Amino acid sequence: MKILVAVKRVIDYNVQIRVKEDGSGVVTDNVKMSTNPPDDNAIEEAVKIKESGKATEIIAVTVGEEKAQETVRKALAVGADRGIHVKVDGTIEPLAVSKILKKIVEKENPDLVFMGKQAIDDDCNQTGQMLAAHLNWPQATFASKIEVNDKSLQVTREVDEGLETIEVNTPAIVTCDLRLNEPRYASLPNIMKAKKKPIEQINASDLGVDTNPRIEHIKIEEPPKRKAGIKVASVEELVQKLKNEAKVI
Amino acid sequence: MSVLLIAEHNNKEVKPFTLNAITAASQIDQDLHVLLIGSKADDVAKSLSEVPLVKKVLHIDHEIYENYIAENYTAAILKHADKYSHIICSANTFGKNLMPRVAALLDISQVSDIIKVISPDTFLRPIYAGNAFATVKSNDEKKCVTIRPTSFEAAETTGGSAEIEKIDAADQTENTKFINREEIKSDRPELGTARIVISGGRGLQSGENFKLITDVADKLNAAIGASRAAVDAGYITNEHQVGQTGKVVVPDLYIAVGISGAIQHLAGMKESKVIVAINKDGEAPIFSVADYGLEADLFEALPQFLEELNKLNTIQK
Repeated sequence: MKILVAVKRVIDYNVQIRVKEDGSGVVTDNVKMSTNPPDDNAIEEAVKIKESGKATEIIAVTVGEEKAQETVRKALAVGADRGIHVKVDGTIEPLAVSKILKKIVEKENPDLVFMGKQAIDDDCNQTGQMLAAHLNWPQATFASKIEVNDKSLQVTREVDEGLETIEVNTPAIVTCDLRLNEPRYASLPNIMKAKKKPIEQINASDLGVDTNPRIEHIKIEEPPKRKAGIKVASVEELVQKLKNEAKVI
Repeated sequence: MSVLLIAEHNNKEVKPFTLNAITAASQIDQDLHVLLIGSKADDVAKSLSEVPLVKKVLHIDHEIYENYIAENYTAAILKHADKYSHIICSANTFGKNLMPRVAALLDISQVSDIIKVISPDTFLRPIYAGNAFATVKSNDEKKCVTIRPTSFEAAETTGGSAEIEKIDAADQTENTKFINREEIKSDRPELGTARIVISGGRGLQSGENFKLITDVADKLNAAIGASRAAVDAGYITNEHQVGQTGKVVVPDLYIAVGISGAIQHLAGMKESKVIVAINKDGEAPIFSVADYGLEADLFEALPQFLEELNKLNTIQK
């Protein structure tokens, strides 16, 4: 069984986002970048499945600018076997990414495609479902548990009401929740070894996919600030304020 | 052109967020049709037809829709999507799972999780966990849009009398099977729509200690939330998680207890009208968004809080 894992390079989750003054976007210069957190869970799950003997190969793929390769390199350091970097500059929407990934799937014929459920930059939560649609494959989104069977997966999904379990036949797409597993850290020897693993570079333009944005970003602005609050000295004061000042209880 | 809203329901009742999405959809275009895909859901069709903002209910009734499976819903939506300028649903786990599949097959770049309708093609949406707001214009001819439910009022549910039209089902997928859903029944208000939410974080230290939270919740008729750290640690189940990858809540009163206030948690609650933070670390980032901050040990403060609440003659429900 072959597993393709899609990873995205995003501003690190610990970075305080700053909006550019001209309203064109957020500041990315000299800002720490990392792999989108749930994509780490997607890689980890693939590696665990391979360790259990149920998968033979893990391919990590990313779509993005030159430096996006770092996320593939990191995936290689924690257990992916080889990488693919589809190079594209500028903004690329989930719809275009899903079309590019479809081309990669057609080329590589994986049995499973894993990725994070949502990227923490644009918060779109679309790519996995879109890829499943293009391929006419089943989708198991927001997965917090995956059981691999012969020709199917049993997936527990985190939904608003609690947990839902579905069974999907392979090939299938799974989008991963942060609770799926605990991603491992790359050891130094593995980071060194990963440098020798191959990363194939493909230009998005060679795949025949239209990557032009369909959505115009007219303005990016800071959200309205909350007015500064106060510290109360005691529980008694807190309850009085809530009752008499805020009038919410 | 008209807008088509996809209803979320359990074959007995409309889910509340659908009513918020109806409000948003009606701001895009008044000719609002609701698509109800279900099995033996006539009661749901009837209640949707009574929502004054709804002009027509399209009802697909077939046993294959007893459980919600995105693949089956998508096929049904595509069969009837032609006539509509917009396809809309709520941006909760229901709509997040469904809409991209629909959008991809229509070759539309979806606009996710909008918090404001500026015009029929221009919307406001939060990005980077709500740390920036983007004004975006969709240049696709047809649009697929998901709505952040807490940013729109729920639509009125009585007084309307829209026509209910029965329409055809689509083919069923053989590749996805519903197994079960562990739904935790609770008498408390739903987290997404509660007037008061009290949330616990890692500071609670154990699942048992969440009783301190539930006691106060019972007194205030509040819903119970949690930080991701508390859910990850197993103190409480996942449907309580508030934050960027959990639920977004906008109650009148949000009480954060033992929650440090990571960016990802703030994303889910910082639009609340009044925020209270109880934390023993005076430097915790949660205090930066709190209207009322109490620097205290929660194990002392929560029982006192309950005691003070008990002293009040009346408590708003």
